[in-house]
Amino acid sequence: MKAFTQIKALAAPMHRSNIDTDAIIPKQFLKSIKRSGFGVNLFDAWRYLDEGFPGQDPNSRQPNPEFVLNQARYAGAQVLISGDNFGCGSSREHAVWALDDYGFRSVIAPSFADIFHNNAFKSGLLPIVLPADVCAKLAEDCENTEGYRLDINLQAKTVTTPDGEVHSFDVDEFRRDCLLNGLDDIGLTLQKRNRIENYESTRRTAAPWLFNSQ
Amino acid sequence: MAGKTLYDKVWDAHLVDEQEDGTVLLYIDRHLVHEVTSPQAFEGLTLAGRKPWRTDSMLAVADHNVPTTSRDEGIEDPVSRLQVETLDTNCEAFGVTEFSMTDHRQGIVHVIGPEQGATLPGMTVVCGDSHTSTHGAFGALAFGIGTSEVEHVMATQTLLQKKSKSMLVSVDGQVGPGVTAKDIVLAIIGEIGTAGGTGYTIEFGGHAIRALSMEGRMTVCNMSIEAGARAGMVAVDETTIDYIKGRPFAPTAEQWEAAAAAWRTLVSDDDAQFDKVVRIDAAGIEPQVSWGTSPEMVTSVGGVVPNPETVDDATRADGMRRALEYMDLKPDTPMTDIGLDRVFIGSCTNSRIEDLRAAAAVIQNRQVADSIKQALVVPGSGLVKRQAEEEGLDKIFTAAGFEWREPGCSMCLAMNADRLEPGERCASTSNRNFEGRQGAGGRTHLVSPAMAAAAAIAGHFVDVRSFV
Ligand code: SF4
Repeated sequence: MKAFTQIKALAAPMHRSNIDTDAIIPKQFLKSIKRSGFGVNLFDAWRYLDEGFPGQDPNSRQPNPEFVLNQARYAGAQVLISGDNFGCGSSREHAVWALDDYGFRSVIAPSFADIFHNNAFKSGLLPIVLPADVCAKLAEDCENTEGYRLDINLQAKTVTTPDGEVHSFDVDEFRRDCLLNGLDDIGLTLQKRNRIENYESTRRTAAPWLFNSQ
Repeated sequence: MAGKTLYDKVWDAHLVDEQEDGTVLLYIDRHLVHEVTSPQAFEGLTLAGRKPWRTDSMLAVADHNVPTTSRDEGIEDPVSRLQVETLDTNCEAFGVTEFSMTDHRQGIVHVIGPEQGATLPGMTVVCGDSHTSTHGAFGALAFGIGTSEVEHVMATQTLLQKKSKSMLVSVDGQVGPGVTAKDIVLAIIGEIGTAGGTGYTIEFGGHAIRALSMEGRMTVCNMSIEAGARAGMVAVDETTIDYIKGRPFAPTAEQWEAAAAAWRTLVSDDDAQFDKVVRIDAAGIEPQVSWGTSPEMVTSVGGVVPNPETVDDATRADGMRRALEYMDLKPDTPMTDIGLDRVFIGSCTNSRIEDLRAAAAVIQNRQVADSIKQALVVPGSGLVKRQAEEEGLDKIFTAAGFEWREPGCSMCLAMNADRLEPGERCASTSNRNFEGRQGAGGRTHLVSPAMAAAAAIAGHFVDVRSFV
């Protein structure tokens, strides 16, 4: 997993609720069997005026000038400030891969959909939950201030605004540790191989029907 | 000490390890796999030189990309074809049981799991698909995971998890005639909101839930993810046990009694404490129709499109305005004035035999309205299709002007050739009305199978109760 320690980066506001994974990366791009290359189709239906399909030449697309990320001032943004329930909808990790591939390292929102939240950590994209009024204020300041950069420190669990205002956030210790050190979950879990095997053999005796196959 | 909830019981039975911060290693009994979210996981295993821990826990099927017209020609779209072929190759290479596209048991993963008895009470069931919540109808703990987690389960048979809070949604009393499981769950989401279940595992209880068939309970649990919940569950009873008996993966004769006895304990104790309780009066639920681009944007068929100007919360009003613009709807329009272009009966929410029966009962001896460009019925699995044909339901549909298709996800998400054109409006029995879900620019209204059937006949939404 990609490590995350601290970034000081340009933010972009997309302050609306229920940004779903279909909007983040539309289904036609899920046909890919790869993990990379989703960034050009991030928010495809909002970002372009023409309809997107896999394998298109990105230079042939018609960007929607109204869409926030198409504005020059947000080029290179690494932090997205959003509304409630970000990432709701499907389990597609492609949504995280698309955000990551585009260049985002963190999303700040009042709440995240559960599966998206889990997925984000796996690619080193840090989901930060801050109170709704704080998110609204950050989004507003971001819109009103060109070059609005947030300082995100995972070690300290803080987001610092350009004015020096510090907002603390919560994150599971285990996840923070994995992210700070870029640890591979599967490798860690396999260190507990014996425990898994012991559980399995006890269970196999107690409830053998769980192990039936056809 | 307070008693345990159903969720507590299943959770506790699967703990392999617990860390100080409460992160646990949870054992996974059943891993369902489909073509969209698995290729990168299989690739990850291969790259790391790892093997699946227990291939016999896995069952794979291609459903999202498959054509619903004849399968003889294969898949036309080369990108879709490659994804389905990749699943075939991976399953073969790793020794995973797969129902291939031409197998008569093929279907939507959440339909075939229960149908095969691969989903059993008390199991932990995962799949790289958010609607895995469906399987909670069996008193299983079932939830969707992302591709990295798919790989984690393949490699370790476990997941790193934190326990969620528990919510009881009790639907008390009895629903009126013509009101179905779909209406119940849409009404619940309308009540608690699409983020109302975030951080919770929901147990659905109350008389109206107990009275549902397994098909109905699956419809309800299917959409618990639409309320943001980690999972939805229904306690085990004789309805559950009767459904499982005799299915291919179900316990064999000598195990059956022990299994059934264990399953009967899978109910919340009387003195169990939930973190939150929501009570809904079943008698107050009417047939539902969604009007917006989020499943919480839903109202009764007798209602009108709401007016954002009457809403105080600015963010909410803004979301409503955006939705109405996308849906091309004016505030205060009666729902029954909304005309339709297409009708879709299918998806893992509503494509089981009971759903098809309900739709057919409305359609019998009637004709799809001329204004409807296409009315599709896509059974959830090959076995559902076969049973429907044995009952003559296909004849009822085709005589009325519906197309009778091969099983798959189809127009639920339009990854195959079935989709809405920009601006088209559809009555759909699926679970998501997000922008572009059924095709770029398409407009989705979520309804029950009976309501979709009635809308197909009328050409616009109607109260199915005035049809029956
Ligand atoms: S039918 Fe729709 S919701 Fe269900 S698994 Fe298929 S695409 Fe997902």
